[in-house]
Amino acid sequence: MVLSKQKKVEMYRRMLKIRSFEERIVDLYARGLVPGLAHLYIGEEAVAVGACANLRDDDYITSTHRGHGHVIAKGADVKFMMAELFGKTTGYCKGKGGSMHIADVDIGILGANGIAGGGLPIAVGAGLSSKYRKTDQVTICFFGDGASNNGTFHESLNLAAVHKLPVIFTCENNQYAISTEQTTHQTIKDISIRSIAYDIPGVTVEGNDLMAVYNALNEAVQRARNGRGPTLVECKTYRWRGHHEGDPNLGERYRRREDIKPWIEKCPIKRFEKVLLKERVLDQAKIDEIKNAVQKEIDEAVEFANASPFPKNEDIYEDVFEEEMGGSR
Amino acid sequence: MREITYAQAINEALRENMRRNSRIILMGEDIGRYGGIFQVTAGLLDEFGPERVIDTPISEAGFVGTCVGAAMTGLHPVAEVMFIDFTTCAMDMIVNQMAKMHYMSGGRGKVPFVLRTNIGAGRGAAAQHSQSFHSFFMHISGLKVATPATPYDAKGLMNTALADENPVMFIEHKKLFITKGHVPEESYSIPFGKADIKREGNDITIVATHALVQKSLNVAEEMSQEGINIEILDPRTISPLDKEAILNSVKKTGKLITADEGCVTGGFGSEIAATVAQEAFDYLEAPIIRVGSPDTPVPFSPPLEQFYIPGEDNIREAVNKILEYQ
Repeated sequence: MVLSKQKKVEMYRRMLKIRSFEERIVDLYARGLVPGLAHLYIGEEAVAVGACANLRDDDYITSTHRGHGHVIAKGADVKFMMAELFGKTTGYCKGKGGSMHIADVDIGILGANGIAGGGLPIAVGAGLSSKYRKTDQVTICFFGDGASNNGTFHESLNLAAVHKLPVIFTCENNQYAISTEQTTHQTIKDISIRSIAYDIPGVTVEGNDLMAVYNALNEAVQRARNGRGPTLVECKTYRWRGHHEGDPNLGERYRRREDIKPWIEKCPIKRFEKVLLKERVLDQAKIDEIKNAVQKEIDEAVEFANASPFPKNEDIYEDVFEEEMGGSR
Repeated sequence: MREITYAQAINEALRENMRRNSRIILMGEDIGRYGGIFQVTAGLLDEFGPERVIDTPISEAGFVGTCVGAAMTGLHPVAEVMFIDFTTCAMDMIVNQMAKMHYMSGGRGKVPFVLRTNIGAGRGAAAQHSQSFHSFFMHISGLKVATPATPYDAKGLMNTALADENPVMFIEHKKLFITKGHVPEESYSIPFGKADIKREGNDITIVATHALVQKSLNVAEEMSQEGINIEILDPRTISPLDKEAILNSVKKTGKLITADEGCVTGGFGSEIAATVAQEAFDYLEAPIIRVGSPDTPVPFSPPLEQFYIPGEDNIREAVNKILEYQ
């Protein structure tokens, strides 16, 4: 797949944006400035970006508890994300959802999701809806190796296969379901082989290789858009941080520090940076410029979040229900 | 006046709405070719085709969640979960996704979705096909819960459910499907949160749901021979709940009985009793009595099942007990 320089630079920039956003959360969390939970995506950026680079604005994604990367890749504004993480009214969800529930239906983000496996049936519904409305929209459904053992995984793949729905089930196999490593939670090595049970294509790719992810998803997205049904794509990757910020010592209850090291060496961003330098798409000066611009954007997001008001007590009662009575529209 | 069954009334409402609104699709187990286990969707596959009337695999979480996703992306799905007992297989999708999506997203995602299911014992189907835990869904913020007791209410409430952009649990009663009643051919809506006074009276208030509405009416009719005038109120939607109508009735009668097929403990009647005790305490002239099912699973053996189901005897007993109170 030959991509334009512009596209490659944009993909690089998105990965950097995810990384910078997450690194800032590490810092803010450590200083007690972000409430609640944050599940960080550092080390897995190539999956979200490689996948979403194949989507149009009107395509859909469903995301997970570890969703910051997915929504940034789909085009979410880090300002409104940061404000949401701070619990402010200017956040994507007016401070009602927080890190695990960022949604913007207008740009196809059907929500991060606090329930492992919760997004899979919802993605099937988006696929069913697109097919019924006769659009050629597709849905990328992100989930982890842990969720692949949930009943919803099997129910969803089966339903999507039966109805040939335009859904790309994109499994981020980061090898841990919280603390339980893959060898303990399933007997298979490649989750993609579960596609056989539903008679749909399944493929495993190296999740830290941006172009490998992009190409695999490209084929699956084309297939879905052309009405040929779902695909299961497994991207092998690794999370550098603990399950959430606050998981002691980067998860040392269930893994050793030296287990993380080889994956840091396989950093998806550095890896793609090398490609871009080699292909002369970018030079070091340009890279620095992009990095600075991304940092500035994150700085501004933090400023925006800090300056925004918290919700008022009476706001608790708003948004329980949609007030508009629609019916036919 | 035309009389049709409760099942036909729901069928008619679905059919009329589907003709008007192409956003509506149906999903569920055996709802197409089979017409639904209780024939509520009979004939709809023929009229609307397999794209709109979808027979699903046995995957409650899968198809309920699919409806959530379809609702978020422009459709207005109606799911049939064959028995309320089976909603447990989809509870994450109902409680964590369907009910909360709008709130969690700060109003960015809406879920116009009607989930039809049914309660009620009496068919010898034992503990996993006969439960009446509709009041569980009252406890879940973000859901509206309709509980029609008559064919007329069933059609009117379904019309309202399909004009609402929110998730609605539409909870039918399996023993009512074959009951007949007056249902206008034209379209009409019954607002949510508006109780219906099924019978006026001054002596005792009975707040009744589902099959217990008719049973209470029968008892009231009989008791009126003895000069006792019972008022019967059906909330029709248990969420939103027409507290005002209930409180007004109790303020008039000073006595309250609740009659609902769920188990008594933690059930619908308990919520009504608590509301009245809290907000109309000064008007109460007797203890509140809750008529409901025993706190046991639904038994299979016919005599046991009959003993289980709250009936006219239980209501009569409650009325007499209240009247004896000094």
